[in-house]
Amino acid sequence: MKFNREKTVERLLLTVAFSAIASLLLIALFIFKEGVPFILKVGPRDFLLSSDWSPQAGKFGIYPMIIASLWITLGAMLIGAPLGVAGAIFLNEFVPRSVMRIVKPTIELLAGIPSVVFGFIGVVVLAPLIRTHLGGPGLSVLAGAIVLGIMVLPTVISISTDAIGAVPNTYREGALALGATRWQAVHMVVLKAARSGIVASIILAMGRAVGETMAVIMVAGNALKIPHSPLDSVRTLTANIAMEMGQATGMHRQALFATGVVLFIVIMILNSIATAAVRRRIGGKGNKK
Amino acid sequence: MRIPPKYTQMIAVAVLAGATLATLAVLLFIIGYVLNKGLPVVSFQFLFSNPEDMGRAGGIFPTLVGSVLLPLLAIAIAMPLGVGTAVYLTEYTRETRATKVIRFGTDCLAGIPSIIFGLFGFIFFVVMLQFGWSLLSGGLTLAIMILPTIIRTSEEAIRAVPHSYREVSFSLGATRWETVMKVVLPNALPGIVTGVMLGIGRCISETAAVIFTAGLALRLPRSVFDSTRTMAVHFYTLAREGISNENAYGTAAVLIIAVLLTNLAAYWLMHRFIARRTK
Repeated sequence: MKFNREKTVERLLLTVAFSAIASLLLIALFIFKEGVPFILKVGPRDFLLSSDWSPQAGKFGIYPMIIASLWITLGAMLIGAPLGVAGAIFLNEFVPRSVMRIVKPTIELLAGIPSVVFGFIGVVVLAPLIRTHLGGPGLSVLAGAIVLGIMVLPTVISISTDAIGAVPNTYREGALALGATRWQAVHMVVLKAARSGIVASIILAMGRAVGETMAVIMVAGNALKIPHSPLDSVRTLTANIAMEMGQATGMHRQALFATGVVLFIVIMILNSIATAAVRRRIGGKGNKK
Repeated sequence: MRIPPKYTQMIAVAVLAGATLATLAVLLFIIGYVLNKGLPVVSFQFLFSNPEDMGRAGGIFPTLVGSVLLPLLAIAIAMPLGVGTAVYLTEYTRETRATKVIRFGTDCLAGIPSIIFGLFGFIFFVVMLQFGWSLLSGGLTLAIMILPTIIRTSEEAIRAVPHSYREVSFSLGATRWETVMKVVLPNALPGIVTGVMLGIGRCISETAAVIFTAGLALRLPRSVFDSTRTMAVHFYTLAREGISNENAYGTAAVLIIAVLLTNLAAYWLMHRFIARRTK
């Protein structure tokens, strides 16, 4: 009787343990099932490289949105990556432990600010500033990039801090003993050792930026055109899905799922690279602390 | 000309300090700005009365209820699955191909953007299983979304329980399952609750995954098959459609306070947990 219960529990737990991977497969299955037949019907070339998105006329080209997502994501990384990595270096190497123990959780706490709130601040504070000082409609690639750049900061700082913290202290001591200044030790030794973890943090942040939806809808302006300057209003892949999902039916809805397929694949690639980078760190330099 | 190392050090520290302060300043500014504009709107009346005229006037009570019920439902679904997975990974198996697959799945799931969860929840729960826009559809979708968080924090918490505890339990003749239930889980509880709180925080602030699964209904749900609107979705609607900036700020203030308090509770628990462990 007792033996039986143990066996049953173990089987049950094994089943439960596959819930995450099962969910992942289910998600992939349903997004692809709705989207892939559409892509094949329209033709991947027309879908990905045509600039004409007018669902009423049966035209579904997402090229402008791909470019928009690309610009905004790269812009966000230009802002978020240096700031975030700088923050991580500073907190790890140049302030006492006690300060870092307060500041790091504070920054992670701020990761909890809802994306709609980031978006709203972008609309009421940032967009008017851009409109009056730089021109254009305000709601633009630049506004989107700045808002997303700030939103990914906690991700970059948190993971980079862990990576830099995992560099053995003997590395620093060795460099300092050779007469290096603190900064020389950091940029010549510590950063090189923590490089893959830092890269992983940036790529994960990129994944977040590509996938972010609500904030981007609010600040990027959503115009359906290929941007020519950072001050142009654009619509990203995610914004396109979220804005039109409410009313879409038939082909139109399938087209939105097909947009989801593109997004899904991009995110999977980014996350795989990041995971591989992290694994190399753990595998390569095993001695944590 | 080469700058002496003493000066590069000073310049570097100044730049790094500036970047860190800028980060903190921006994030604190956002919170301060919203609270400053929103708190004057918030009152007992605002929290506990029904919205009128699509939210132009009145309070936010139904959305407050939605923001409580939906995360609770999501946790009720995700917690058994997440903790079960963590128990299996730590207590019942060694590192095998299967655990690698499980871990890979968890990592991938964690990286999926919320709009994809929204699409999936809509086509699977709302349309195919015919749950409609409802608490149930929203809760199930959010449960999948927070599953990785729960698995990871639970696994860490369970691994932190010292091996000697288990050995003592086994030596007293307890089975594996008895050891899990009576020794391992009670000791890992604060850590597990940390994950649960973080999950609740994510649910409260989520918009994209909720709007397509739980819907927009502005009334109190009577069953899990009723549509509900959360504060985050309500705030988005108010701000986006320009319905009422004043009420939008008020909602945002309540939303931010709710999320920060939940996350704060999570960190407080985690610290207590770590403090007890290292004693």
